[in-house]
Amino acid sequence: MTKVKKTRAKSKTKAAKKAVKKVRRASKKTKTRTKKTGSRAVKKARRASKKTKPRTKKKGSRAAKRGAKEVVEETPGKEQPGHSTAEDMALRQREISVAEFFMKNRHLLGFDNPRKALLTTIKEGVDNSLDACEEAGVLPEVRIIIAPTKEENRFQVTIEDNGPGILKKQIPKIFAKLLYGSKFHRLKMSRGQQGIGISAAGMYGQLTTGKPIAITSKLSRNLPAHHYKLEIDAKKNEPRIIVDETVKWPVQRGTKVEIELEAKFQKGRQSVEEYLEQTAIANPHVSLRFVTPDGETKVYKRVSKQLPEQTREIKPHPYGVELGVLIKMLHDTNSRTLQSFLHSDFSRVSSRVAKIICEKAKVSERSRPPRIARQEADHLHKAINQTRIMNPPTDCLSPIGDELILAGLKKQIKADFFTAVTRPPAVYRGNPFQIEAGLAYGGSLKADGLARMLRYANRVPLLYQQSACAITRSVINTSWRNYALQQSAGALPTGPLVILVHMASVWVPFTSESKEAIAHYPEIIREIRLALQDCGRKLAKFVRRRRKAVESERKKAFIQKYIPHIAIALREMLELSDRQEKTMVRQLTDVLERSRS
Amino acid sequence: MSKVANRIKQTATLVRSKIQRRSKPTLSFPLRSLSNVKYRPTRGFLELKGRKKTRTLTVATVKTFAQTLRMMSQAKILVEDDEIMTKREAYYVSKNWDDARFDEQHESDTVIDDIEALFEVNREQLGFIPEEKGGEIAGKLVVIDRDLDTGKKLRIDCTRFGSGAYSIPSSVEHLKFETKAKFVLAIETAGMFQRLVKHGYWRKANCILVSMGGVPTRACRRFIRRLADEMKLPVYAFVDCDPYGMFNIYRTLKVGSGNAAHINRYFCAPNAKFLGVTPQDIVDYKLPTHPLKEVDIKRAKDALKNDPFVQHYKPWQDAIRQLLDMGVRAEQQAFAVHDLNYVIEHYLPDKLAASKKFLP
Repeated sequence: MTKVKKTRAKSKTKAAKKAVKKVRRASKKTKTRTKKTGSRAVKKARRASKKTKPRTKKKGSRAAKRGAKEVVEETPGKEQPGHSTAEDMALRQREISVAEFFMKNRHLLGFDNPRKALLTTIKEGVDNSLDACEEAGVLPEVRIIIAPTKEENRFQVTIEDNGPGILKKQIPKIFAKLLYGSKFHRLKMSRGQQGIGISAAGMYGQLTTGKPIAITSKLSRNLPAHHYKLEIDAKKNEPRIIVDETVKWPVQRGTKVEIELEAKFQKGRQSVEEYLEQTAIANPHVSLRFVTPDGETKVYKRVSKQLPEQTREIKPHPYGVELGVLIKMLHDTNSRTLQSFLHSDFSRVSSRVAKIICEKAKVSERSRPPRIARQEADHLHKAINQTRIMNPPTDCLSPIGDELILAGLKKQIKADFFTAVTRPPAVYRGNPFQIEAGLAYGGSLKADGLARMLRYANRVPLLYQQSACAITRSVINTSWRNYALQQSAGALPTGPLVILVHMASVWVPFTSESKEAIAHYPEIIREIRLALQDCGRKLAKFVRRRRKAVESERKKAFIQKYIPHIAIALREMLELSDRQEKTMVRQLTDVLERSRS
Repeated sequence: MSKVANRIKQTATLVRSKIQRRSKPTLSFPLRSLSNVKYRPTRGFLELKGRKKTRTLTVATVKTFAQTLRMMSQAKILVEDDEIMTKREAYYVSKNWDDARFDEQHESDTVIDDIEALFEVNREQLGFIPEEKGGEIAGKLVVIDRDLDTGKKLRIDCTRFGSGAYSIPSSVEHLKFETKAKFVLAIETAGMFQRLVKHGYWRKANCILVSMGGVPTRACRRFIRRLADEMKLPVYAFVDCDPYGMFNIYRTLKVGSGNAAHINRYFCAPNAKFLGVTPQDIVDYKLPTHPLKEVDIKRAKDALKNDPFVQHYKPWQDAIRQLLDMGVRAEQQAFAVHDLNYVIEHYLPDKLAASKKFLP
């Protein structure tokens, strides 16, 4: 976090100076980003810290400021009791660390209540483990243990993987410093984005039980395992090491995280179990073992040995860049001319396109990027959006693939019919993304009630805020009646149906930093709809064919039941022979079966 | 072979030849509902307009089709063997038909009615006889029947039943009559009938009393019809003053039922007249009343709107409107309010003195 001191402006000149400072601070901020962390959360945290700084007083800063002004303007020299001077205020104005901020606002990270805190802790741990294993090319094997403690509402959570391990010197920062990580500053598809999760979980544990987070990590068979117990110094957002020792750990390599926290263990919807089950569906290459507080062991077996393809990091696409980011990039670049800056710091910008942009913006292509003024940058930003630029490369995405979605669904869900589709990559706001969908129908699924939805973003199940999610919107807006299902207006379809939707992207646009719902970009909604329609068509074919088979079977039985009676009656009335009667049955069956369709 | 049996065989042959030509066999029935009947005053009864429904053999109709054919076969056997069977018995016989059996009697009744309509004969001619009792007779009539064992003539004097009455048999075609009575009085309720019998009203008025017991059965209607035709007797109906008495009991007696219009020509008494109780009687005789029930109002409005008989007679439309305006109904036993024998001593003589004023 930035450490620039902030003081309240006392005069106009000071305010001007402050503005300059702000710009500088902004640039510093962006630099700090090159550390680890999640962007949205960071931005918000910073924004919040800016706001809250003056608020460390009694009231909102603006109100305080106005109060101070009044004092100066209306009754100069006199001070009203209870009002503060700018100097007094300055004494109380100090920096807030991200850690402090999130300690107070833990709901922003998914720690609103004990039940959700447990899920979030496990989710962060498992996501990290899977990311690490996949990046190291190891088939992930993760163990999750929730053990009860002596106190009723406290649990000891252990997450253990067979990943590459973590370098000793990195351990304290990764686990006990918020906004530290590898994933934020790159445009690359991964589960984690922000670098807050696991340290926030540790901090939550520390806050509710006073116990430090424990990490054991081993890099290879021949090296010793390091064991750390860490606390976060919330004021400084720095790790405090409680225990640092070498231990024996009889595994080849891997990382083990142990957190004791106040929590509530529950089954059913939005439970740890549901999260693990859904993770297993979307990650058929993963093997999960889960030990519940009751000592029960649940195993989610691996059904594919095929690791997801490694994804490539890409440069940002010009269409997705906001003005502020553009200014910052101009400031930070190593390129010497504007043209080369555009060409080398963005994807899909050739020298020719770069020149066109410069011409449109009426800025010389040879000007030095850091010298570009704000006004010019604005022109440049507009010019970018007026220029036709090729879509970003999409080989940076690694979808699950329809075959593996099918395998995952079949493993966990007992149904009669499965289908899955992977859409070609598409682009929203300059970010490439790809939508996949799958359906499971019939079998032992519940026939009455709404369809069950499985939402994923970069292979991570989304359990909360279903109604706020673009996926839900698309599912509701798809008219399932066309696909032989029932659906009330404005609701999910009804029937024995599971709908899986996965969005893979270098940057999934969540509606909040707790990563629970995908934002409603029209491009995304459109792609989801197309994927669902594709699946729906296949489903309809299946449902109709089955219905038809059942119906014709029923009719056939019906016909065979009553035709002999017609023949008997005719035989009696017309005194026919048995042979004639049999012929009659055959002819009648003929007549009716022909007319069946 | 009888005519009916022949017609059954013809129909069966038609069905078979269609099947042999690999086309769907059909049976067509006259549509049995009020919408398919018209009233012809010259003939005096409701008769079919001729609309037909065709039942084609399809997957949906295969069950009823099979049941209809089997019931037809059953009818043919009955006719050929000169045997009879009640509707209830027909239902039990169908229990031998495995999958084609009937689960409820009303299903088999419908099929029997269909067949009856198909051949445009009354079901008695097919061997199916009704369950219901035919009605009771008291008064100046001698019915000539046969002794079932010896076949000898049997004279039944209806004046000699004391406080009891003669029961109309389910089939009346073979009966002959002798009478000197002046008219036939058809009474709705057994209670009123008994009062009149007890006090020998038939002797006093020189008439034949018939207890219909609600809507008259086919046999009862046929019996009255034959009395009217062969003995040239006028028929007067004495029923409750409510839509049921007027349009279910009296209308059926006079012009037949809408549901069995194919046989109405035999089963009605077109010369019947409505003695009472009329809506005007309620006023004239200050009868105690009950408010009209919702079903009564519905039935009355339905009669105004759909009944071809009512549509033909303005006096009836006026009577219904009057009844609806009054919003009340009265029973024929309501005269007891004045005196138990008020009916015998005052009402009936008063009315009979002006038989021209009877509702048609």
